[in-house]
Amino acid sequence: MTNHWVDIRNANLILSMGGNSAEAHPVGFRWVTEAIEHNKAELITIDPRFTRTGAVAQDKAFIRTGTDIAFLGGLISYLIETDQIQREYVLNYTDAALIVRDDYGFEDGLFSGYDASTRSYDKRSWMYAMGDDGFVRRDESLQDPRCVYQLLRAHYSRYTPDMVSSITGIQVDNIQRIWKKIAATAVPDRTMTILYALGWTQHSIGSQIIRTAAMVQLLLGNMGMPGGGVNALRGHSNIQGLTDLGLLSQLLPGYMTLANATEQEYRAYIDKRVKQPTIEGQVSYWKNYENFHVSLMKSWFGNAATQQNDWCFDWLPKLERPLYDVLDTFDRMSRGELTGYFCQGFNPLASFPDRAKVTRALSSLKYLVVMDPLNTETSEFWKNYGEYNDVDPSQIDTEVFRLPTCCFAEDEGSIVNSARWLQWHWAAAPPPGDSRPDTAIMGELFLKLKQLYQQEGGVFPAPILNLTWDYKIPAEPSPQELAREYNGRALEDLVDADGNVTRRAGEQLAGFAELTADGKTAAGCWIFTGCWTEDGNMMARRDNADPYGTGNTLGWAWAWPMNRRILYNRASADLQGRPWGTNKAFIWWDGEQGAWVGADVPDFPTNSPPSQGQMPFIMQPEGVGHLFAGQSMVDGPFPEHYEPFESPVPQNLLHPGKEQARNNPAARIFDADREALGKPEDFPHAATTYRLTEHFHFWTKHAELNAIVQPQQFVEIGEALAEEIGVAAGDWVKVSSNRGSIRAVAVVTKRMRPMRIGDRQVHHVGIPLHWGFTGAARKGYLINALTPFVGDANTQTPEYKSFTVRVEKA
Amino acid sequence: MAINVTRRQFFKLGGAGLASSSLAMMGFAPEPAEASIRQFKLTHAKETRNTCTYCSVGCGILIYSKGDGAKNVEQNVFHIEGDPDHPVSRGSLCPKGAGLLDFVHSKGRLEYPQVREAGSDEWQRISWDEALNRIARHMKEDRDANFVQRNAQGQTVNHWTTTGFLAASGSSNEAGYITHKVVRSLGMVAFDNQARV
Repeated sequence: MTNHWVDIRNANLILSMGGNSAEAHPVGFRWVTEAIEHNKAELITIDPRFTRTGAVAQDKAFIRTGTDIAFLGGLISYLIETDQIQREYVLNYTDAALIVRDDYGFEDGLFSGYDASTRSYDKRSWMYAMGDDGFVRRDESLQDPRCVYQLLRAHYSRYTPDMVSSITGIQVDNIQRIWKKIAATAVPDRTMTILYALGWTQHSIGSQIIRTAAMVQLLLGNMGMPGGGVNALRGHSNIQGLTDLGLLSQLLPGYMTLANATEQEYRAYIDKRVKQPTIEGQVSYWKNYENFHVSLMKSWFGNAATQQNDWCFDWLPKLERPLYDVLDTFDRMSRGELTGYFCQGFNPLASFPDRAKVTRALSSLKYLVVMDPLNTETSEFWKNYGEYNDVDPSQIDTEVFRLPTCCFAEDEGSIVNSARWLQWHWAAAPPPGDSRPDTAIMGELFLKLKQLYQQEGGVFPAPILNLTWDYKIPAEPSPQELAREYNGRALEDLVDADGNVTRRAGEQLAGFAELTADGKTAAGCWIFTGCWTEDGNMMARRDNADPYGTGNTLGWAWAWPMNRRILYNRASADLQGRPWGTNKAFIWWDGEQGAWVGADVPDFPTNSPPSQGQMPFIMQPEGVGHLFAGQSMVDGPFPEHYEPFESPVPQNLLHPGKEQARNNPAARIFDADREALGKPEDFPHAATTYRLTEHFHFWTKHAELNAIVQPQQFVEIGEALAEEIGVAAGDWVKVSSNRGSIRAVAVVTKRMRPMRIGDRQVHHVGIPLHWGFTGAARKGYLINALTPFVGDANTQTPEYKSFTVRVEKA
Repeated sequence: MAINVTRRQFFKLGGAGLASSSLAMMGFAPEPAEASIRQFKLTHAKETRNTCTYCSVGCGILIYSKGDGAKNVEQNVFHIEGDPDHPVSRGSLCPKGAGLLDFVHSKGRLEYPQVREAGSDEWQRISWDEALNRIARHMKEDRDANFVQRNAQGQTVNHWTTTGFLAASGSSNEAGYITHKVVRSLGMVAFDNQARV
């Protein structure tokens, strides 16, 4: 979330799209109802189904799954053509006025630089045009045909209400009514917040859907504002934390990135990531990348990391492909290219697409290690559970180790909620049996490996032998020690320009501004620096005071970065540093104090006066929000609608007859998986997957209470489809895709209605995901028997929200 | 009379000897009847602050356990409820959070390290030492056989692609941090968590 849960109450309009927070985040959703009741806010939901969120919404529309960019792109066109944008904000705080290179273009559904043989773009032309002074050229009038604003206008001029309607299935009058309500938040004293979840993420165009939402919010001046923002309602309790800590194939902690194989030189690796301002005088905070990187390497490799050896640059692995994501890994695994695999609190047999392929992949491993508090399906993938897991153990040679771990109640530490709050928790009881915390398992396993390398030698042992490990009990690093380590400390005395000591060696650091690139500081995750200072554990704070009445409780826990609760909050004030509206006052410039003050920690240099002209988006080299993504996305600088890889509609109506532009042209799909895609004539129904309020993924079916309240696997179909296939409520149905099938009880409902899309009527099928063959609930089928093995072009997040099936009476 | 008391402070006041009936007469006692019953039930329990383990709203919870703190006496969790001081959840829990106690005591909880040998159709209990020794041996054999120092183009890559690791976004930052540190020191790249899906 750019904002936070309680801040939702400050919104005037709430757009819930790509998510169903009343069902999936019910307690967070109370702040939506608070906004409706006490801020006269309106809630609009746009979803394929009539959801629990929709049930309390003032306005709603039903959209065909996977077509959100069409709706939002049309909205952008509407905002521009009707001149309902926050003009002062757009002109100064976005890149609308910046000029784009002449060789950038878009034709027949493809951006400039496309190479069909590699399904990728050469992104050189996706750039701003630089002037003779070395900075980006701009046109304050917004009239230059090559300025971002005019390119944006031209790009979305194709997204007319009729076009949007024929793609999304929403009637034109519904589209225009909702666009009009959204446009009303372009005024400075009204804000819209956007709430989304995996309903936007899990598409082959997922990242671009989310970008379109951010672009809408920039045009309306809703970023950085209380009651505004683009708010990802994330899934697991610490999925934000593990993302922040960089536990993803290409990342390092704090959104730093591993080097590619082509980056052989340390200096070139750093220079590429150190972003210098491209508009004069801007902050461009990534210019400090080297401070963060060297501090990480000192944290991990201690005295072994020196300037002479480039801070152990070669000790980190380098990437030979863009991502070693789970689809890539399980594809390699299915071809026998992996030896071993670890699943720490992760149930891939249930969670990854094309379950048959996942079973084949796991069966080809030599060893599999599962660490979990619960008996997961993955740990028993080799065991025969009849129709629910029809395998022959004697044919599976994978050695499987199952290690019992603590659950939350037996564990101490911090987790990061969706609002970036690091909240500390304490252990209430010892775990059952011989279960151990993950920290101790990783600690002891590492020490055993290190011992083997010490005794026997082996390949490239240096990073293992030199990994810092000064924990009091080496086999059980404590949460306190680890938290202090990722916060960071001074390794030598730090001095200011006048030679005064600002920090003694050994002291905890108070913020990432103290980090240095000369080896004098260590910090394991720079964005968390400030969470455990000389004043103690900031994450354990419990002061819920809200002195400004904005819902901002700065004394409760600690939020990254630097305890800021709303990102980009400098944008909540105008160029002169005054709040855009008195009812939206959040932070502002206080001339007497010479500082930014207010209800939040300013996301800005505290003493930089408005007259200095620094702009609010301090992580961008231009200081402004990007309507034009430049080279940061792999599939285009402007979002474009492409059909899901499995679509009930045979072509992309924006690009009829252009086969390359039917699906995302830059999405990766392996040949065998492309062949496993179904055709609309065989699998005519649009399917989407989701969670229920009583369950959390595959965990709660192990909890008796939840198993009792929602015991039976079902699928949702509309009355029209039920009639068409001769199914009554409560009948068993078989749901098939081109990859597999499941059986479930049919819930026949008015909540799903057929949609008119072009020449055909499209039925949606709703598939909740919570059942499996272990646990206390009735046994059920893992629904990933159905889902396709293709992901978002940027993140490779699988396309779980849009695929096609056939439903028939079982 | 301007007195601001949270429900928690209210209990403390009650415990300090003030008659709860007179507090109620002052008009700031929330649900006095239920509260007094709840207090009785939890009087001798140990209260531990924690965060709901399910979704990312991050609701505050209070875990109540029993055990008198004596040596060899283990705490047993017997009640979990919402933390009324929490600024987001204000004491609420959803149907998932309301069932947390059944997660802690689920029959599906694992208790001992186990191994399923190749081709076998059953689990065997083993010790931690045996489990971790065998796993470490597997890792070292694979790493030593397949670690790539230089690729076909002669570029230094120092990576290990034949063993992969999925980390848990239900675990703590501290577990995530130490996992990342260990995994990268080994050169692993096939490394993801639930944020990927």
